Amino acid sequence: MADKLQFSLVSPSREVFSGEVDHVVAPGTDGEFGVLANHAPFMTTLKTGVVRVLDGDVARMRLFVRGGFADVTPAGLTILAEEAVNLDGVDGAEVGSQLAAAREKLLSEGADSPHRTALQEEIDYLEALRSAISA
Amino acid sequence: MASLKELKNRIGSVKSTQKITKAKQMVAAAKLRRAQEAADAAKPYARRMANVVANLTAAMGEGATGPKLLSGTGNDQTHLLVVMTAERGLCGGFNANTAKEARQVIRCLQADGKTVKIITVGKKGREALKSDYADLFIDHVDLSEAKDKFTPFAIGLGKDLSARYDAGEFDVATLIFSEFKNVLTQSPKALQLIPAEAPAEADTIDLNGSIYIYEPNETEILEDLLPRYLNTLVLSAMLENAAGEQAASMTAMDNATRNAGELIDSLTLQYNRARQAQITKELIEIISGAEAL
Repeated sequence: MADKLQFSLVSPSREVFSGEVDHVVAPGTDGEFGVLANHAPFMTTLKTGVVRVLDGDVARMRLFVRGGFADVTPAGLTILAEEAVNLDGVDGAEVGSQLAAAREKLLSEGADSPHRTALQEEIDYLEALRSAISA
Repeated sequence: MASLKELKNRIGSVKSTQKITKAKQMVAAAKLRRAQEAADAAKPYARRMANVVANLTAAMGEGATGPKLLSGTGNDQTHLLVVMTAERGLCGGFNANTAKEARQVIRCLQADGKTVKIITVGKKGREALKSDYADLFIDHVDLSEAKDKFTPFAIGLGKDLSARYDAGEFDVATLIFSEFKNVLTQSPKALQLIPAEAPAEADTIDLNGSIYIYEPNETEILEDLLPRYLNTLVLSAMLENAAGEQAASMTAMDNATRNAGELIDSLTLQYNRARQAQITKELIEIISGAEAL
């Protein structure tokens, strides 16, 4: 039996996951990377994407993160995410309707509205989330 | 001696005041629990973030010039104070204490000939400082719409601070907020935000001699991380402040309820004596009237 990796994923509002796992695959800014137990100390920034938690070769959990950091130390892997949701608990239809609402809002805003960039970011995020669910 | 009717009215009014303070106390207790949970839930992130920042700054080594948010502008002429208070009163000395601390800091800085600018968070602090320092205000963050969701406000304020710093509007930013020690104690605290101070209490990690790999590299990670660290500091201050406000409110209302109870007791005693005196007087009148016949 291989060693287990101590993995925790925290977002500003709460600790999303904490426990022992076999293998975690996370989306780094310079490419996706996998972490097993006894990984060398490593730190990287994350891009928006899916963190996969694997037990053996089976994906146990898929977590969608929006930016953040991964920090690998001898003590384990810590991911600090700006925002994180467990994909199992997300309803695809709801995301779709949120996306439609955000798009409509963007259309109704004026061209020079200060909310435009924030809305566009929101739409990009929701689109990425939707594609992650259907994948 | 007040008349019976007057006493009765006073007892009635104190009783209704007591009902209000009691209700307010129970509301504050319920809100306190929620605020405390939120503050506790945010702690792991803040702690880990502090650890990462501490490790990174240690890895940068002495003398290395990090991002400006960490190393400062090399100047400390213009100070920005972020004074964080509650939106509402009825919470004892909570807002007054923070305002007092802010005044003291402002006086110290001005005595040293520094330029002071103020951003207020929460209505009460703004009101308290308006009389003396209204000309120093540069912005205000209204939290009355926040309810329990402080994250967008914290991120907004954090971004605003970074932008102002990059624009050279100030050299040093300090946050003055109320530290939530426990339900009975909240004390005002000044925390330097910019240039960021590496947290002292962070756990340093023993790497057993192996070398940290950074991707892309230390500087880029730090540049990405420090604004977020700033947001995290602001957010945890907001959460602590919210919990402190409810705790102070609960304590203040508890005292008020108890005071009202004591007042009711002493008024009731007075009322009963007055009533007894009146009955005795009436009896004497009847008896002496009967004797005269």
